[in-house]
Amino acid sequence: MTAQASAVIVTKGLTRRFGALTAVDSLDLVIEQGEVLGFLGHNGAGKTTTVRLLNGVLTASAGQARVLGLDPASDGVALRRRTGVLTETPSLDERLTAREQLAIYADLYDVPRSQVSARVDELLEAFQLADRGDDRVSGYSKGMRQRLALARSFLHKPELLFLDEPTSGLDPVSTRQVHTLIREQSRSGDHTVFLCTHNLEEAQRLCHRVAVLEHGRLVAIGAPAELGRNLWQGVRLEVETSPACVELASSVIHAFPAARDVTLAEDRPILTLALADREQIPQLVERLAAAGAPLYRLDPQEPTLEDVYFALHGEQEATR
Amino acid sequence: MNRRAILAIVRRDLLTVSRSKGVMYPLIIVPLILMVAMPAALGYFMPASTRAPNVNIGELEQFLAQMPATLQAQFATYTLEQQLIVYMLLYMFAPLFLVMPLMVSTVIAADSFAGEKERKTLEALIYTPTSDMELFVGKLLSGWLPAMAVSLISFVLYGVSANLSAWPTMQHIFFPNAMWLVLVFWVTPGAAALGMGAAVLVSSRVSTFQEAYQLSSIVVIPIVLLVLVQALGVIYLSVALTVALGVVIWIAAVALLWWGVRTFRRNEIIARW
Repeated sequence: MTAQASAVIVTKGLTRRFGALTAVDSLDLVIEQGEVLGFLGHNGAGKTTTVRLLNGVLTASAGQARVLGLDPASDGVALRRRTGVLTETPSLDERLTAREQLAIYADLYDVPRSQVSARVDELLEAFQLADRGDDRVSGYSKGMRQRLALARSFLHKPELLFLDEPTSGLDPVSTRQVHTLIREQSRSGDHTVFLCTHNLEEAQRLCHRVAVLEHGRLVAIGAPAELGRNLWQGVRLEVETSPACVELASSVIHAFPAARDVTLAEDRPILTLALADREQIPQLVERLAAAGAPLYRLDPQEPTLEDVYFALHGEQEATR
Repeated sequence: MNRRAILAIVRRDLLTVSRSKGVMYPLIIVPLILMVAMPAALGYFMPASTRAPNVNIGELEQFLAQMPATLQAQFATYTLEQQLIVYMLLYMFAPLFLVMPLMVSTVIAADSFAGEKERKTLEALIYTPTSDMELFVGKLLSGWLPAMAVSLISFVLYGVSANLSAWPTMQHIFFPNAMWLVLVFWVTPGAAALGMGAAVLVSSRVSTFQEAYQLSSIVVIPIVLLVLVQALGVIYLSVALTVALGVVIWIAAVALLWWGVRTFRRNEIIARW
């Protein structure tokens, strides 16, 4: 398999079967150095299995992969020295303290002995665990556990980070902090982040590109905006009318055959709706004008990743 | 082999185990009862029991007369009370001593393998840059080292307890003899390895610590049988027989561990989750 010089992950036809179930199906991926790739998919779509395959802890049933220039199947130990993984469940030892866990994993990841203590302190500080560093994890909240698991994945300064739902269970402040850390990782251009997430807003905010996995198959990959343009032909509109004519405008829009997902803002005379095609906008404007509903503002919105995701999801379900 | 990584796994598992009441209580209480309290009670009260009014001395003498010739030769210079003490504390307790390495290793291995599966803590370890063999060796040592430590401490405590309690009757240090030294330094390490092997085998098929511990405790059954056949006078643990027992235990342990090494694969463990 020929890999591009700057590619950190290259897979070709990567497949993993468990009996009759194909968890990952002919996956072709190229991920560049410094990229933050969002790996989207519902539960059981094959995200975690892909992370396992790319770290050499699970062997492929078919296909090939090169990660950081190494074959995960045969160079797993050398590869895992350069990758950091935040697993879906924090996988922490409840009976150990945060400091003990980090020190033990520093040994496992071969962090130079002289640096272990300083590195552990640095991470406890960075992840706001310094004051509870000597407490056992059994007394930690869900957010603290997630932060500790994240700190552990950063311990050996990996070149490639696999983060499986990194902000799951975190409060908004911690979530923002994790987002900042992910951005910092990729900013230098040396680190690559493989981000498995259900959180479409997070993916849109952080990822250079997103890959959408459905029943083990890659159904789309590209920059969020690019996917929006290519895969979601529809348009979401915000329509502002006069307070006195909200009900009239609402009835016109509801009666418009192409309009979907019509909602009315609680405190303002603004209606939002989705149209399958931009070409339908003039017809809607004509109908509103004919009915005598004044149009103060009509604002077409950029499609969100959520629009794309659900459009893809619906398409896949329809073809099954 | 990455020794630093192996030691880190051992440290992690020992810290985890030492903070579990469910694991530590049996590790402390069983040796105290079996290796301290019981020999102390026997050493102290057994001589007096021979003087109890309803004891048939003839039957006791007949029982001891059924012992193998080499044992009787050893007993020749002893009084009846001394013979009973030596018989009980040197020979009857010897197989029971093997409960120590077997129990400790199965408790810790069950916690280390099945318990880890139950607590979902193995996945982070699996993603570390350790080989399957390093992971396996680290986990084996996590059970084997404490099993040996508890056994050696039990041996010392047993020696002190037996010699002190029987001193009024024996008037000399009678424990340990050569058979016990073979038992402690040849059979015990094998028994600890056997307990580990059994627990690894069972842990791969069950999902909780309790299930793994209860099933792997089956390895103690041969020890109970050994106690019985010795009590019936069928055999007694001579040095030669103890060496042979060690060979059998080591063969069983190596076979189980060889199977464990072959099946302890990240790929297999992850695929079964």
